[in-house]
Amino acid sequence: MPLDAAASQVHMSDGAPLNYFLHAAGPAATPTLYLDWIFTAICVAVCLIVGGLLTVAILRRRPDAPLHQLAQGDSGLRWIVIGVGISVPVLVAMLVYALFTLDRVATPPETPALTITVTAYDWWWKVAYDDAPDVSQRFVTANEIHIPAGEPVRFKLKSADVIHTFWVPKLAGKTQAIPGQTNEQWLQADAPGVYRGQCSQFCGAQHAHMAFEVVAENRADFAAWSAQQARVPVVTNDAAVTAGKALFLDQCAGCHAIRGSDAQGAQAPDLTHLNSRHLIAAGTLSNNAQNQLAWITGAQRIKPDSLMPSVALKRDEAASLSAYLATLK
Amino acid sequence: MSDLPSDARIPECGHVPVGSAREKRLAEIWEAEPGWRGWLSTVDHKSIGLRYLVTAFVFLLMGGVEALIMRVQLARPDATVLTPEQYSQLFTMHGVTMIFLYALPVLSGFSNYLWPLILGARDMAFPRLNALSYWLFLFAGIFLYSSFPFGQAPNAGWFNYVPLSGLEYNTGPNIDIYALGMVLLGASTTVGSANFVVTLIRMRAPGMSIDRVPVLVWGTLTASGGNLLAVPAVSLAFFLLWLDRQFGTHFFDVLNGGRPLLWQHLFWMFAHPWVYAIVLPAMGIVSDALPVFCRRPLVGYTPVALSTVATMVIGFIVWIHHMFATGIPALALAFFGSASMVIAIPSAVATFAWIATIWTGRPVFKVPFLYFAGFVLLFVIGGVSGVMTAAVPLDWELNDTYFVVAHLHYVLLGINLFPVIGGVVFWFPKFTGRLMSERFGKLTFWVMFIGFNLGFFPMHIAGLLGMPRRIYTYSGDMGWNTVNMVTSIGSFVFAAGVLMFLADLVWSYKRGPVAGNNPWDAPTLEWSVSSPPPPYNFATIPVVESGHPLWEERIFQDKPSQRRTQLDEGMILDHGREALATRALDGRPDAILKMPGDSYAPFLLGLFSTLIFTAMLLHVWWLALVMLAGFAASLTAWMWPERALGQHEPPGDALG
Repeated sequence: MPLDAAASQVHMSDGAPLNYFLHAAGPAATPTLYLDWIFTAICVAVCLIVGGLLTVAILRRRPDAPLHQLAQGDSGLRWIVIGVGISVPVLVAMLVYALFTLDRVATPPETPALTITVTAYDWWWKVAYDDAPDVSQRFVTANEIHIPAGEPVRFKLKSADVIHTFWVPKLAGKTQAIPGQTNEQWLQADAPGVYRGQCSQFCGAQHAHMAFEVVAENRADFAAWSAQQARVPVVTNDAAVTAGKALFLDQCAGCHAIRGSDAQGAQAPDLTHLNSRHLIAAGTLSNNAQNQLAWITGAQRIKPDSLMPSVALKRDEAASLSAYLATLK
Repeated sequence: MSDLPSDARIPECGHVPVGSAREKRLAEIWEAEPGWRGWLSTVDHKSIGLRYLVTAFVFLLMGGVEALIMRVQLARPDATVLTPEQYSQLFTMHGVTMIFLYALPVLSGFSNYLWPLILGARDMAFPRLNALSYWLFLFAGIFLYSSFPFGQAPNAGWFNYVPLSGLEYNTGPNIDIYALGMVLLGASTTVGSANFVVTLIRMRAPGMSIDRVPVLVWGTLTASGGNLLAVPAVSLAFFLLWLDRQFGTHFFDVLNGGRPLLWQHLFWMFAHPWVYAIVLPAMGIVSDALPVFCRRPLVGYTPVALSTVATMVIGFIVWIHHMFATGIPALALAFFGSASMVIAIPSAVATFAWIATIWTGRPVFKVPFLYFAGFVLLFVIGGVSGVMTAAVPLDWELNDTYFVVAHLHYVLLGINLFPVIGGVVFWFPKFTGRLMSERFGKLTFWVMFIGFNLGFFPMHIAGLLGMPRRIYTYSGDMGWNTVNMVTSIGSFVFAAGVLMFLADLVWSYKRGPVAGNNPWDAPTLEWSVSSPPPPYNFATIPVVESGHPLWEERIFQDKPSQRRTQLDEGMILDHGREALATRALDGRPDAILKMPGDSYAPFLLGLFSTLIFTAMLLHVWWLALVMLAGFAASLTAWMWPERALGQHEPPGDALG
């Protein structure tokens, strides 16, 4: 898939996938990037100027004035007048610039055509494409959000439990997902690529492992991906697959859902198209058969205190479960 | 004087030399009983102040050790030194300890010790309330730590957002401890603050008009006023949370119409003003002590005092800047962001005043000077990063990242800890009669200053690289490895500096050179009395004629006719514990105050309050009732009328 190439390219090009100080990839983030640079430059300059003044003030040679002259001398008030007189216009300019930037990034330039509902859970993200007029085109996925590149996308942010924060640093600022209310935010990726997101509000034990990815792709790829996600996967009648499915329904279906099967759990990520995703366990492991099994059997080792139990599997159970999961494309 | 009532007492004036019978009598009147009895019952502001300082430093060390353990965990990616739950408890207790049990109490320590001495008074306005304030602080601190050894300490972060801190997601006693402990601590802060406000209004020496009080007084007064208005919000929030958890009320319960945002509002309405409460008195320390080492008065006393008050006033309308990411409409955010940036203006006033004081003075490079000068730089770095977070769109990126962690540590350590350590070195001779080391002290400063910047500056970069706060570990491919390793190394260097300081403290307490009354040639009243000060502070009540009583020779050198502050002669007031009340604005004498004697009541009241809270925590309601009876008995003992405290002399005993 061309997507994987793009994804690995983005990952390779930058050692810090959440680095928003050097990278912004859309109109909700770029004005803030410039604001950041200019503010940082001003602040560094202020520190250098004040540090310089302080150093000179301390070290400068001065006449050995007697104490009564020091006590009665220079009131020094002009320092405050000049210092504050210079600082205030700079501060006001910074404020005005910040407000203009706020205005630019607060709302999208055009009405978004696509709205995605993201619900935060301890400690993963449910992603619902639920605004399609045709009900059969609606679907749910987890921890990987595909969007069309080059256009604004609206997000409705909800929480199923505690407060989390939805944050894709290179695409936009962050917004809290608060239980009992729906917050909105928009973002846009100018070019196809993979952009990492992360929960930034402390939400309990596994706050550290609550990441996700935004995959931006061109319209055609996005349409193909959507169509594929809306389909129900075809399960072969292989013996191992059947045994694996039975095991899944017995052990996993209480929490996980797979469309087209009896697994309808709603407390954990929907696994209908598990193998279409790059990462599992909310951005913690790359997605391959080996890691899937490692996660199933060692979730509490990899993400201690997460709601996914470590499931003890016999060798043949592991093989059949893997065979079944492999069909979820 | 014609409007005096006929039975008014005209106080005796005179000179009371050290060692005279009069002086010994005064000392006897004000001294606490020796031994544990006196230790539990004393209401002397100097003892209470030192206890505050020592207790706060113990908490500082505990919070510091917690930080070091976290830095070991975070030094490398994917570390498993701590479990996630241990990490949650450590960072929560680190915040709670540093912010509530160190930062304000340490400043209360300075102010309790120094206020009466720099205002020319014999004690605080309400000495017993002062003792209660300390005992409640100590007990609340112990209460907050009581579940720590059992691995059940508060674990939802110091701002404790619901619903994470609600019963559904946090079933143990962790949050109940935090909720009840904070209500208890709030009582301590409230009575302490009220005491400061009344002391300023009533207890200044004659002539100590409002424009002559040191800036530390402005700082603590402003902080106390702020606390009186801010603490109720957080006490209420924690009480409501406790009700939600224990009795199933629905203030924050989403399923039943409660709102999580209510918590954030109540908490930050308190916590932002509180941030200023824990820096303004420290800035006051610098404004008063830095000029001593520049051998000139502070530049711009009036603008600095006014900007202190302005900072606090604006500080009450900026709390939303902690909530920019909560979905509040952009227009409202624009207002709160603008208000937050405006706070930089009074800060700029103070900064330029300090630099100008150094520039136009003739600095002496003693150890305290280094801390105060270093503070100015840290203040500016912490200040400008605050301006960055005040810009709403930028904060949408910076919020909840290590950038904010860096900012708040520059603010809290830079503006609180550095002045505090400088202040301890500065006033140590007054506290103990001995000076701290000069050469070792300088080395300590440099270790601390370099360690601090090495430890905390890289956190800005971690934040800009997207590292969120409060993650117990991180993956090696996020680009955060180097900054975290440097931060961890720096934090240990900084800790070594703190240890060096403590070692110096202990050594100097025993062996330091004897200081004399005024080793730094400082201008304020506390330096006019012996080191350590006598129990009565001032044998005769001083009459103040300027803001720099001990520098009047040089300030008024060309004005021989200018009246000088009277230190040797004045009202004696020795009919029991007596102090002089003056009028609020001009500081004219108004009344003779009969001060209460030592009493166990404050200790017992504090103890029973804590036991009530303990019984509430353990759900032993009958025990709570019993303790309530003990509370009432202590209060009665406290308030019991004493003949000696009557405002009028008994007939026939006039003028004793």
